[in-house]
Amino acid sequence: MSGIRFRLNGVETDVDADPDLPLLSVLRGRLGMTGPHFGCGVNECGACNVMVGDHAVASCDTPLWSIADKNVTTIEGLGDEQAPHPLQRAFIAEQAMQCGYCIPGILMSAAALLKRNPAPTITDVKAALDRNLCRCGSHNRIVRAVLRAAAEMAAR
Amino acid sequence: MTKPVPSPPAPKLPVSLAANAKLASWVRFSAEGHVLVSPGKVEIGQGIVTALAQIAADELDVDIGRVQMIRASTAGSPNEGVTSGSLSVQHSGRALRHVCAEVRQIFLVAAADRLGVDIDTLDIKDGTLSGPGNTRTSYWELADDVSLDRDATPGATPKLPTQRGLAGNSVQRLDLPDKVFARPRFIHDNALPGMLHGRVLRPELSGAKLTALREDSARAIAGLVAIARDGNFAGVVSETEDGAEAALAALRKGASWSSGEILPDEDGLAKWLKAQPAESVVIERKMASQAGEMSRTMRRQYTRPYIAHGSIAPSCAMAQWSGDRVHVWTHSQGVYFLRSDLALVLKLPLENITVEHMEGAGCYGHNAADDVALDAVLLAKAADGRPVRVQWSRADEMSQAPFGAAMAIEIEADLDASDEIVEWRHSVWSNGHTARPGRATQPALLAATELAEPFPRYISTNPPQANGGGADRNSIPLYDFPSWQIDCHRLLIMPIRTSALRTLGAQGNVFAIESFVDELAAERGEDPVELRLRLLGDVRAQDVIRAAAKRANWKPAKQAGRGHGLGFARYKNTGAYCAVIAEIEGAKDIIVKRLTIAVDVGEAINPDGVVNQIEGGAIQATSWALKERVRFDRHRITSNTWSNYPILRFSEVPEVQVEIISRPDMEPLGAGEAAHGPVTAAIANAVFDALEVRVRHLPITRDSLIAAMELTS
Repeated sequence: MSGIRFRLNGVETDVDADPDLPLLSVLRGRLGMTGPHFGCGVNECGACNVMVGDHAVASCDTPLWSIADKNVTTIEGLGDEQAPHPLQRAFIAEQAMQCGYCIPGILMSAAALLKRNPAPTITDVKAALDRNLCRCGSHNRIVRAVLRAAAEMAAR
Repeated sequence: MTKPVPSPPAPKLPVSLAANAKLASWVRFSAEGHVLVSPGKVEIGQGIVTALAQIAADELDVDIGRVQMIRASTAGSPNEGVTSGSLSVQHSGRALRHVCAEVRQIFLVAAADRLGVDIDTLDIKDGTLSGPGNTRTSYWELADDVSLDRDATPGATPKLPTQRGLAGNSVQRLDLPDKVFARPRFIHDNALPGMLHGRVLRPELSGAKLTALREDSARAIAGLVAIARDGNFAGVVSETEDGAEAALAALRKGASWSSGEILPDEDGLAKWLKAQPAESVVIERKMASQAGEMSRTMRRQYTRPYIAHGSIAPSCAMAQWSGDRVHVWTHSQGVYFLRSDLALVLKLPLENITVEHMEGAGCYGHNAADDVALDAVLLAKAADGRPVRVQWSRADEMSQAPFGAAMAIEIEADLDASDEIVEWRHSVWSNGHTARPGRATQPALLAATELAEPFPRYISTNPPQANGGGADRNSIPLYDFPSWQIDCHRLLIMPIRTSALRTLGAQGNVFAIESFVDELAAERGEDPVELRLRLLGDVRAQDVIRAAAKRANWKPAKQAGRGHGLGFARYKNTGAYCAVIAEIEGAKDIIVKRLTIAVDVGEAINPDGVVNQIEGGAIQATSWALKERVRFDRHRITSNTWSNYPILRFSEVPEVQVEIISRPDMEPLGAGEAAHGPVTAAIANAVFDALEVRVRHLPITRDSLIAAMELTS
């Protein structure tokens, strides 16, 4: 029996599950992807953000059925230590976190921003991240890191 | 008559080391060329693991890449109590520096012996000890022959600040690559083999009792393993997390509750706090050598609301039973303290319980980390030896976990004819600011009060002033007033659960004192910087104020709708010094544009780490000052979502500039809590500068501004 099909980090994926389940439960549960984090469950904190197509969405509030045939990118698909995304490099260079629990979601919001706006201003970055909560107060470092990544991508 | 010459005091071990003297419990070498460092303090997002690795690498002369930091566990780590109070570098750092200095010396002796050379000719580079004539050995080679299974001795001499290669330099955090590349590092992301998932049913009404529980529909949910019930404690265990969520929802529908307890009136908190049964303590009395002549008295009252920890991750724990032994994985701030409380609840000897730390999200005090550990232990009893992972809901995290205590603070100053203070009185009414586990003969864990044979609710207390105090933290003025009396009234009832939140009472007290001093400066027509410098004898205090003022070009020219304000404190009166100048704008809604901060933390082990902590503290304090207030009606906590408990967002975050006043020859002091009080006060004082309105009741919202304006007019 075939379930919901989608591309997850570039890989064809077929999940046979209750289509009303939140995408986050499917990712963390049966697909074992622990990058997206549970924070609130009702799209109020952004810790679980992933990209669907080129948009950042809260996976806790996105039913499985709604991503059928779409491209889903999680933090796992952004890059790894061997081939890091410029955002990942920039977040380390700027030491842009304290605890880091919110960071996977913030990286995905930032990655979506850079896709649609490769040269954002500070205000653009803050607006793009406004639905992501950070409790440790690392906001300014995070904004600097996103701008740094944008500059690096522009220079390539 | 000649005075006896005092002999120099005998050298003593650092506190943490005196309590855990065995060298091998702190540092070991592996044959593969690693240094295993095992502190008792834990990573709570503050970067302590990196600072401690720097200290060890420096003292042992090894590359920091060789240092492996071991997570704290009651199975073998030194018992350093709790990771709190900005004491981690003070406690763990000092102990580790001493241990490593002694270990280095022990290995130098062993190497000299092995190589047959004079100890003074030996040099250590990245763990290799080399002597004349190309002779060499290493920590790893010698490790098998050198026993560190011996007690530390007083008098080991750590390197001089100038000889340290790493401490004092910004080193990249060791934990960041895992976090950026999404490798499982948080407890939330670590699955154990065969792991089940648990959820606990908690009442919506405060203190309500479970009067009936229909289990049938929960039992029908796929994957259900067990329903646990012990008095008012009830929960589910399932094969999957979704299954546990669904079973909990079903169980909730089948639950009947008694009416709960009556909560205080949120809009009359000061009045309520002052009317409750309380334990009253005189914190300090200072008598003037010569009584000044009083001409008038100025009296002001300030309040701070209950504040939530609001960790971005809901609390999480795992537990696994094996016979009458249980292993617990937790993001608690104190593994040994948690173990003590678990032993009390389970009526088991300590040695039957192992508590192991695993990182959680940023922790700003005593949140639900310990509570959820007991939840997991209780649910795992029904799991037939399989591990059970329990995670709280966002709503429970925001309503069942302890809050930072609300405070009412009254300051009265007697002024002489020239408006100089002759007598200062400061009184605090508040619940205690700590109800941490492991300190008492009764447990402080939530589920302990829910069992069929319940433990009483642990009423929060205040640590003694010698440990920084609780509600009274930072209530003793740092200013040279001629006389004062400081009183603290701790409530003996606790309808709203309180425990340690970052700074304990310091944020409230510093807000009150610094607001009052600012108001006095305005009344005297004296510059607030000048007034403070005149009243502070401590040069380090003066230096941070001068540095912040200089950097902010104090005092910038007046502009309509803009204001500048100053706040200062030395955290706990013994910790880091911090001065803040806030620049705000706005009329209805206050926007903090910029915070200019100067800080003195003694020796800054990782300067960028210090800046990160100060920045973070400043932004969190801005959030507290402008937005945060636990909401409740007479029956329940109502602020159990981020919509009902808003915190500062990216678009609202001020620019933060931090200057560290470097003191490499001074003891290192923690940075995590230094900024909260000064930032809060600086914002309130800037609001006055802009609008000529004194807001004395936090948070500073549109409503509190209007209320303050009505009071002024």
